[in-house]
Amino acid sequence: MRSGVIRTALGWVVALVAILPGGREGMGQPLRPGRAKDYGLPPVALINQQIRQGWVEQGLRPSDLAPDGEWCRRLFIDVLGRIPTVEELRRFTASRDGDKRRKLVDELLGAGSYQEEFARHWAAVWTNVLIGRTGGSEPNSLTDRAGLEQYLRDALANHLPYDRLVYDLVTAQGTTRPGTDGFHGAVNFLVMKVNDDKGAQAAAATSRVFLGLQVQCAQCHNHPFNEWKQRKFWEFNAFFRQTRAVRREDGGDGPGFAELIDEDFSGEGSTPQEAEIYYELRNGQLEVAYPVFVDGTAISRSGRLQDVRRREQLGRLIVNSPLLERTLVNRLWAHFLGHGFTRPVDDMGPHNAPCHPQLLDDLAAAFRQNSCNLRDLMRWITLSQPYALSSRSNSTNATRDDPTRGETPKFSRFYLRQLDAEVLYESLFVARTQRPPASSPEHAEARQRWLRQFAVAFGNDEGGEATTFNGTIPQSLTMFNGELVRDALAIQPGTILHTAVHNDWKPLDRIHYVFEAGLARPATRDEINLAGQLLAAREGDASEAFQDLWWAVLNSNEFILNH
Amino acid sequence: MRTTVPSGMTRRHFLTHLAGASTLVAPALMLGSTLRVHAHDLQRRGKSAILLWMGGGPSTIDLWDLKPGAPTGGPFRPISTSGDVQICEHLPLLAQQMHHFAVIRSMSTREADHERGRYYMHTGYVPNPNIEHPSYGAVLAHELAPQRQDLEIPPFVTVGGSSVGPGFLGMAWAPFAVSSDGQVRDLSSGLGEDRLYQRMIALDAIENQFIAQQRGTVATDHQKVLKKTLALMTSAQMTAFQVNQEPEPVRQQYGNNDFGRSCLMARRLVEQGVPFVEVDFGGWDNHQNIFPTLKDQRLPTLDRAMSALVVDLEQRGLLADTAIIWMGEFGRTPRINGDAGRDHWARAWSVVLGGAGIRGGIAVGQTNEDGTRALGDTYAAEDLLATVCRALGISLETTFTSRDGRPMKIANSGKVIDAVLA
Repeated sequence: MRSGVIRTALGWVVALVAILPGGREGMGQPLRPGRAKDYGLPPVALINQQIRQGWVEQGLRPSDLAPDGEWCRRLFIDVLGRIPTVEELRRFTASRDGDKRRKLVDELLGAGSYQEEFARHWAAVWTNVLIGRTGGSEPNSLTDRAGLEQYLRDALANHLPYDRLVYDLVTAQGTTRPGTDGFHGAVNFLVMKVNDDKGAQAAAATSRVFLGLQVQCAQCHNHPFNEWKQRKFWEFNAFFRQTRAVRREDGGDGPGFAELIDEDFSGEGSTPQEAEIYYELRNGQLEVAYPVFVDGTAISRSGRLQDVRRREQLGRLIVNSPLLERTLVNRLWAHFLGHGFTRPVDDMGPHNAPCHPQLLDDLAAAFRQNSCNLRDLMRWITLSQPYALSSRSNSTNATRDDPTRGETPKFSRFYLRQLDAEVLYESLFVARTQRPPASSPEHAEARQRWLRQFAVAFGNDEGGEATTFNGTIPQSLTMFNGELVRDALAIQPGTILHTAVHNDWKPLDRIHYVFEAGLARPATRDEINLAGQLLAAREGDASEAFQDLWWAVLNSNEFILNH
Repeated sequence: MRTTVPSGMTRRHFLTHLAGASTLVAPALMLGSTLRVHAHDLQRRGKSAILLWMGGGPSTIDLWDLKPGAPTGGPFRPISTSGDVQICEHLPLLAQQMHHFAVIRSMSTREADHERGRYYMHTGYVPNPNIEHPSYGAVLAHELAPQRQDLEIPPFVTVGGSSVGPGFLGMAWAPFAVSSDGQVRDLSSGLGEDRLYQRMIALDAIENQFIAQQRGTVATDHQKVLKKTLALMTSAQMTAFQVNQEPEPVRQQYGNNDFGRSCLMARRLVEQGVPFVEVDFGGWDNHQNIFPTLKDQRLPTLDRAMSALVVDLEQRGLLADTAIIWMGEFGRTPRINGDAGRDHWARAWSVVLGGAGIRGGIAVGQTNEDGTRALGDTYAAEDLLATVCRALGISLETTFTSRDGRPMKIANSGKVIDAVLA
């Protein structure tokens, strides 16, 4: 009886393979690189030209262009933080419009239906940059993570230029929690960093995130590897000394919230008009410092708010500094291409030379001239040739352009990288429901709960942290057996497997459907064969066989790697 | 169509599973129980190391190298021990076990930033943007795992922390991070073994296809980790993580806290044959009010757990084959700052070594009167790693090839601290 079922099922597979067409156009086959398109955008031409020059100098041939499906998948991942639905994918791959890539980029960055998703994704990305993955979940935290995300979401939805956004984050006063009097979500960047250690963390994070300068070592001693001296650190730190975080009670049993305020600073000496601070040299000798920006610009030494508001001065100096756009361009380039022009991206001091200095300068200048418009910078990068390349290597770039081997990146192919835990969460939601992620607070809360399991804090005062969602066994266990993937296998109205199993499609179309949902391509011959074998093993139970197949798709390297 | 059989399975195994038969489930389970029977023998073979990682940078001038009477000395008094060395009065239980431990008092390093120090002390290399070096755990697991063909759980386990990654050795040597309660999340598939294997076979096929497209090593690493995950899910050796199976008196001995439980788990893991266990004990970044923090919180916990560990290892006959390394990313400033704390200080500080034939009861090297400088020969991360390698019988001529093809000598050509090797 059993063997009969198996034979029937295998026969079904053989028949399928026999009628299988050679793959759908556009989705599976690599495309030969034609002339690099620049879409009439000078910055795109600039990227293409300068990156290509590097290839020529190194004797590298770029990889082929990624097929439409792969490119579409990576664009959704990088711009919206999730994979596309089958419908979104097919709409794009089926289009014969020669300008369709540009149109998709415009659509995802535009004011239409994706606007809210875009703002939500980038708010989450920036929140991780600004307060880390564990920010807000420390015991007795003053930080309201949701408050910061709300501020960022609104700012991004309203197309706030990057310089204005940075100014807010550096200078904001107000309360941390949405709904309280005087709420200003931007204060959540600094609220946990100003009280302890004389505000050393505020200085370290602000210079690292916005100026690409790693200065934390210089707190205690002259930095051994870059030009940061202890004096410069404390001069920078002096800008934060009028600022304090104050805990406010909300009347309930909760931990309350906080308010970030500026107040007169009388200095550590005796004259508020000369509000100096002191720091200790290694030999115990005390030195004095006043607020001086990294380029040497000094401001009034007074600590009185009526004379000078130090953070506002700092905000102005930062947004006018050329380091602002260089740091941002480097950060976004790394976001989209997998590696920045420097490594790490937020350490751009003179000791750490960028791999494409001219391109970095030119792109930074273009970004500044374009009013620090974040979406335009994203448009330029995603429409560029390096972003369009396949992740498959060729004989010239397999080993010679592989940053995991310590080579400086040449961007002659798209570098594999794992989806962030946040992106994975949303992608599994999309894979399961074939709908964009919900915008409800419940969805955000559930996501945050799920993410928290992966965060590990180091035992130091600087809030160092790591994630165990990093390609190791705990992550695989989560993917194999965790609730999220279990949910994704559910067969009930509204789930992908329900659609795949309960419809009147041909068997082949059902199999292609789940591969397009997970991997943005149709199934290969081998995979169709495999589906048949699973069906045989499940004795013809299509529901169970599709669960097994879908489980394998979701657990694959091809799913979890942005490629 | 060809599919690769998951490791540990024969071709016949695979075909039978694929046909949906369940006859091989029983033998598979029996394999587990056979291993349990032999666990006692297995533990006797092979060397291991336990790293007690003191995240934040412990104030070694207050623990191992006291300066009573000096302006930098702080309030703690030194006491005599079972060895020829004095340590802090707030470590009375350890004082009775110091004949097992050597204190290296002339550590002198340059990395006084948490991240950099953490990386350097874990790898023996200063951070370099162009290469990721493997941590101790990955290196030693890589060298010692071949002695443990029967080990089904990861050879590098980190308890209560995250350690430093495997660098160019690849994700297959990454630390397996567990919390001190020993709970491993999502361990069970809830599926019959047949169905699990059939899913794995399908997964393997998709993975192989992607790997064959030559998109980079990340794709291959993913598959290696999957196979280790499968081995772990089906292994009876996972009981080693269940600290609550220990008798109550033993648990009391180690202390009823995260660090105590973690040290106990380390012993269980070493007993099971895990070559490298890192135990993370943070909270040493005492820029403020250092002395009450040490006296009331850090030191009692450390004292109880670390002394229980060495006694337990000795009683079980494991100490001779198990190295214990106690260290953090750096020490702390001899000068006491304005907040009654100590800041970061890498120029002169201490680490502690024991087990695996390390000569106990001694101090190696010294610091000057106020503890600001190390005198005579000084030691650094690579010297420690070299010394531990030698103690564990690993050749210092061992050379790795980094992914860019550069040869990298084990322990970064550190010099062995001969004085601690009896």
